[in-house]
Amino acid sequence: MGVFDPIIELSKGLGETLRSFLTEKTVTYQYPEEKRPVRPRFRGRHVLKRYDNGLEKCIGCSLCAAACPADAIFVEASENTDDKRFSPGERYASTYEINMLRCIYCGFCEDACPTEAIVLGDNYELSFTSREQAIYGKDMLLEPVASENMLTPRKVEVGIYTRSVPEMQDPRD
Amino acid sequence: MSKQVNLTINGKQVTAPEGMTVADAAKLAGIDIPVFCHHPKLEPVGMCRMCLVEIGRPMRDRNTGQFVMENGQPKIQFMPKLETACTNRVEEGLVVLTTTEKAVDGQRGTVEFLLTSHPLDCPICDKGGECPLQNLTMAHGPGKSRFNYNEKQHLDKMIPLGELIYLDRERCIQCARCIRFQDEVAGEAVLGFDDRGRYTQIISVSDPGFDSVFSGNTTDICPVGALTTTDFRFGARPWELDAQASICTQCPVGCNTTLNIRREAKAGGEVVVKRVMPRQNEEVNEIWLCDKGRFTYHYTEGKERLTKPMVRRDGKLARASWDAATKFAAEKFNAHKKDFVVLASGRLSNEDLFNLKSLADTAGGEAILYSDMGGGELTQLVGVGAGTNLGRMGKGDAILVIASDLYEEAPIWWLRVKQAADRGATLIVANPRTTKLDRFAKYHIHYAYGDEIKTIHDFGKKSRISDEFAKAKNAVIFYGSEGLGVNGTSALASACAVLLKESGHAGNANNGLIGVWQRANDQGAFEIGFRPVPNLEKALKGKAVYIAGADPVGDDPNLAKALESAKFVAVQELRETATTEIADVVLPAQAFTEREGTFVSGERRVQRYHAAVAPKGDSKPDYAITAMLAKQMGVILQGTSATVVFDILSNSVEAFNELSYDALAQVREQWPIVGRSDMYYGGTTYENTKGMGVQLLPMAQAGGTVRIPKVRKEAALRPKEKELLAVPANKLYDLGVTVRTAGFLDGRIGEMMISMHPSTAKKFGVEDGRKVKISFDGVSAEAPVRLDETVASGVALIRRGMGIAIHEPVIAKIGGRVKS
Repeated sequence: MGVFDPIIELSKGLGETLRSFLTEKTVTYQYPEEKRPVRPRFRGRHVLKRYDNGLEKCIGCSLCAAACPADAIFVEASENTDDKRFSPGERYASTYEINMLRCIYCGFCEDACPTEAIVLGDNYELSFTSREQAIYGKDMLLEPVASENMLTPRKVEVGIYTRSVPEMQDPRD
Repeated sequence: MSKQVNLTINGKQVTAPEGMTVADAAKLAGIDIPVFCHHPKLEPVGMCRMCLVEIGRPMRDRNTGQFVMENGQPKIQFMPKLETACTNRVEEGLVVLTTTEKAVDGQRGTVEFLLTSHPLDCPICDKGGECPLQNLTMAHGPGKSRFNYNEKQHLDKMIPLGELIYLDRERCIQCARCIRFQDEVAGEAVLGFDDRGRYTQIISVSDPGFDSVFSGNTTDICPVGALTTTDFRFGARPWELDAQASICTQCPVGCNTTLNIRREAKAGGEVVVKRVMPRQNEEVNEIWLCDKGRFTYHYTEGKERLTKPMVRRDGKLARASWDAATKFAAEKFNAHKKDFVVLASGRLSNEDLFNLKSLADTAGGEAILYSDMGGGELTQLVGVGAGTNLGRMGKGDAILVIASDLYEEAPIWWLRVKQAADRGATLIVANPRTTKLDRFAKYHIHYAYGDEIKTIHDFGKKSRISDEFAKAKNAVIFYGSEGLGVNGTSALASACAVLLKESGHAGNANNGLIGVWQRANDQGAFEIGFRPVPNLEKALKGKAVYIAGADPVGDDPNLAKALESAKFVAVQELRETATTEIADVVLPAQAFTEREGTFVSGERRVQRYHAAVAPKGDSKPDYAITAMLAKQMGVILQGTSATVVFDILSNSVEAFNELSYDALAQVREQWPIVGRSDMYYGGTTYENTKGMGVQLLPMAQAGGTVRIPKVRKEAALRPKEKELLAVPANKLYDLGVTVRTAGFLDGRIGEMMISMHPSTAKKFGVEDGRKVKISFDGVSAEAPVRLDETVASGVALIRRGMGIAIHEPVIAKIGGRVKS
């Protein structure tokens, strides 16, 4: 082994560093200023979805709570009327709570939902300073609406929204 | 025991009693044959075709009638097509195959057909989770339907059949269980099918809708979510509910119930009772429960519940600590020791009543039962024997119902007596007016008010009725308080006891006397030593009164006056009542849902109930309150737990014969099997795992001396020309604290009325619906008149607990100026 061998090896290595610095793209994200997009199947904070007309998809059937392995969901149902309609059909969730500290983001609630109302979203930025804060109510979970007149509850025409469980396509993604 | 028959089901040797259906026999042997329309308590109809199985019968030689043998075995001939297991009775040598390809295919096809128009809205259906159609579809369904989903019929949802039951037409599979229940079991055919084919639907044919006090049971046996209660509508999903065993507190039948509870955000995070379900006890309520028992539990809720002890200072009730309140009351009671009176009602448990009685005895006070009905000491002597089960009474037995309208007073007894009559028991109904039970009676005796004793004495004379009664294998007498007060009922009970003793119908199972009490634990109060008094007003005047579980001020203005003049009044109660308003000390008690205890039913069965929800505020169980108060008075009583009190009670009250909570917790095997994982069979009634109770031995059965007090003769009341006889009768849904405050049955409570015969009304010049003034005994009230042909002439029938205070028959005057 020659005297210069370590120097040659060193410059080879430094050369590789220089090459990747000059030719490769950076993978580091400057979080929180910059956020890495999540994968299509990412399971983040839940969202309670609405139909296009603003009515809530959730019918308060509590199947998500039944499917939840962490017992993180609590649902209470009440009756819809055409004067005060939250969701199509007879029943809506008057209380919907998820304890985010208990939730393990398994997505079973999504699978159990007969109306595709509860969906795990993109948001992974959850932080709380007390246990009470970790309980997300309906006010926090419901998807925002585009305009005021789409808010629930609202008065609707009599006899149109009679079906609770809509016909749906097979979810394929 | 009936003859046993041997058959083979799926290769298993099964023995079943003759006359049983194949579906039931399979169930008995632990083999599930899916059913929808079949119910073990109903006659088979074979409407749903779900129980299709292959049935083979042993071939017989036409000439000899002997089995044709093949390889040493009888040759089995199978029918070419499938048969229904629910309509075929078991036969010797029958071979049933329930899981062959052919049978499975038939069952699968039936489910597929049933689902052609079922909405599959299980997520929002109250039955979802305990639904036979759901379960059997999972177990026997095809998984995929060949029918077009878009061709489903969309029918009306949420049709109120009555104010208690909703019908969902889409979900109905036309099994007719509800119609048949009303028809066969309840004997009130108020439901029916309308239209035909695909348009067939259930309708109520009564006015008001679903006019039956048993309507809630149809929701239990409905195999789909077509019938649901308005009370539980969207209340919770069945799997979210916890269950706790309880006893109904509304009447002396003592139906076994299960309280379904859940923690609720709506209730501020409290655990609350969501619904009351029947719990199987074939000796008491079978698998049924009346609507009063099912829907009145709400009286334990609400803002009017008392949560803190209160003491009257400067004329106003002010909150106080338990110590201060009990000390204050104790000082007053000690100061008026000579005038100390304990007034308690049968709403309280044995433990409560025992502590109250012990306090009264030790402190030298009187213990009075708040009731218009006496005779409990006679049911202790000749009450029905241990082992009594009305469900086993039938041909050759006799049941006499006197001075009681069981339908209005104890609906489940009505139902069971009616069924005993259906099975062939001789039912004799003796009442001054026509009651709903008359329809099923072999004999009815319409006596005049005041002739109750004479009617019983007539059984001593020779007649067809008395002969049949005397010769009956078993005989039970139900006596009530229609048209009678404390003295009248005591005398009637004596007369009945003499009749039972003389005809040899005392001291055995299914023989004896049953009191149709006004409250759930009146019998228990008698066992412990409480007695009603004929003149309560006199007994309370100028006394220091300790009232527990009663509202005398709200019930009777005369009693209100008497209590106004009382030296001191302490009231122990659940809710704010008119009596708590005038009380000097108010002590908040726990409701039956919040504590444990025992009741003695009219059949003298001791049954235990358990705590299901947390107590409201600072309330305490009655026995504990009494113990605290007693301690302040210098009397030492146990108040730590119901078990401890019950142990002392059973050691000191002879009738309880050292009974323990362990003995009450025992269960026996029951048929039909209900409420386990297979609700498709018996409905959603709960299985009994917490105990069926123990019947106390009446003196006649225990071998003691039965000395029946002489029947006191009372002068019959004779109204003069311008007077009439006002008589009390009981009503199921009245304005009592435990019904009115429940809220749910408002529509059925109705108005305060004075019922009289049209001829009587004519005599007094009043018309139907006109408000009149009636006055008797210092009571004066106004109420509309209702013409009723069943009421005897010269009589005004007044329902108890509806606002006019009437305790016993009285001479009344009608007339005077009506205010409004």
